[in-house]
Amino acid sequence: MDKSVLSVYKLVKAPIYSHCLSQDKSLLAITCENNCLIYRLGGRHPQLVATLENHDKTVTAVDISVHGRIVTCSQDRNAYVWEPLSDGSYRPTLVLLRINRAATCVSWAPNGYKFAVGSSARIIAVCYYEQENNWWVSKHIKKPIKSTVNCLSWHENGVLLASGGTDGFMRIFSGFIKGLDSKETMANSPWGSKFPFGSLIKEQYQGGAYIHDVQWRSNIEKVAYVAHDGTLDVLDYQGNLQSVNAPDGLPYRALLWINDHEILCAGYNCHPVMFSEASQGWKFARDYDKIAAANVLEKTATGSSTSSSQFGSTQDEDNDENPTFGISALRKFKELDLKGKVSLEQKESAHENAIVSLIPYAESNGQITQVSSCGLDGKVVLYNI
Amino acid sequence: MSQSLRPYLTAVRHSLEAALTLSNFSSQEVERHNRPEIEVPIQSAELLLQPMHISRNENEQVLIEPSVNSVRVNIMVKQADEIEQILVHKFTRFLEQRAEAFYILRRTPIKGFSISFLITNKHTESMKTGKLIDFIIEFMEEVDKEISEMKLFLNARARFVAEAYLGEFVY
Repeated sequence: MDKSVLSVYKLVKAPIYSHCLSQDKSLLAITCENNCLIYRLGGRHPQLVATLENHDKTVTAVDISVHGRIVTCSQDRNAYVWEPLSDGSYRPTLVLLRINRAATCVSWAPNGYKFAVGSSARIIAVCYYEQENNWWVSKHIKKPIKSTVNCLSWHENGVLLASGGTDGFMRIFSGFIKGLDSKETMANSPWGSKFPFGSLIKEQYQGGAYIHDVQWRSNIEKVAYVAHDGTLDVLDYQGNLQSVNAPDGLPYRALLWINDHEILCAGYNCHPVMFSEASQGWKFARDYDKIAAANVLEKTATGSSTSSSQFGSTQDEDNDENPTFGISALRKFKELDLKGKVSLEQKESAHENAIVSLIPYAESNGQITQVSSCGLDGKVVLYNI
Repeated sequence: MSQSLRPYLTAVRHSLEAALTLSNFSSQEVERHNRPEIEVPIQSAELLLQPMHISRNENEQVLIEPSVNSVRVNIMVKQADEIEQILVHKFTRFLEQRAEAFYILRRTPIKGFSISFLITNKHTESMKTGKLIDFIIEFMEEVDKEISEMKLFLNARARFVAEAYLGEFVY
């Protein structure tokens, strides 16, 4: 394993679709099948402290607000807000999403008073707490979304909401809620002058490729997204788009701004990749925790004619010439037995399956130094950047 | 391995690597359903990706049909004569009847192909993608060998039976 890998936690057997850290980095929330598991960090291995089980289908996303409230959403069309109680347990409150398909992604606004839920019903629901009814109610953004919403990201001002989906559009909406947001926060925004709820601020077509993740960089007014065509794209408020291709061709599922000029991406290649901005635009900078090239070559060569020499020389070549029933069966079992051994020799990266989310773990003066990732292999890995 | 088989298998391997980038995707047409989008009648065209057709010659082809959460891999196994046609049919039927044990095997092949695999996001999440690809490539290599081996057996057996039968008439 590479030096950049700080620690590897194999938490569950099922895939983790989303994970999140609390404000003080002491609690880790992950999705696991129909539940959301809360772990306490610190110590050698994370300790399970709570299981949030109210959903009856796969939980797709989880997020923790600045106040410590946890929101989970699931393919059963519901979202719950979990209020932490003094005894360490959580009290769920159902959110009136008013959607009739799966909820796919959720994100708290930076101030922690509202959140957005994306869904397969081609709707983004912006939810906020209503005091008089003691409920989380929602307002819908419907137009012009044409397919499932995959990802959401709030601008730091809590009004601009970037979203991406399987229709191949990255869109920026206004999530302005009267009574919650003040017009002063948007006074000098370069993105426009008026922000009524649900209005489309910007739209970028990505050639029909699914958008897997989108992230704001608020202080420089840029938004970055990764798409299924294996590109990382950075868009600014003037509409300038800069695009860079993944060096190994496989698409990314997650991205994270390290600082104003560096973005970390990770996805189906199972290890994080750094991109940096130079004078000519964005370009590939370096790999983290990549398996050595020799291993990859060997992998592509398996199944070629080298197989007989690989599986030991005790197997004489005569057997191949006169295949009789007994011996061919014996050889089959021997090969099966030996093949199990061959696979062990391959060195592997910390993640054995696709990485689906990246979140900051430690920061120092505006630069993220440690990153936490979760993958479909049920692992959470901390990387040193 | 013959000269033209290697690039053919390499092309299939790289196409599969690109196609097996699946995600968990709940149906946007039917409530609370999560189904392989490649297998259902098309309602949202954006969920199906461009199919990839790789052919070595008219008898050996692979069609890879990717979608957002599932991939269908159809393989046409070489069938040079009628005996091989029968053997391939019997062999794939034998496997398909045991499809549960093979996880990724489809119970019936797509029209025009000998055998089909259906890989969904459940499979790529529980198994290593690289090993899945290795399995399919290995299957493609082995199946030709297997069929020609069976053909040899059949011929040898036919000769033996014919000799034994005709031996009765020698005085």
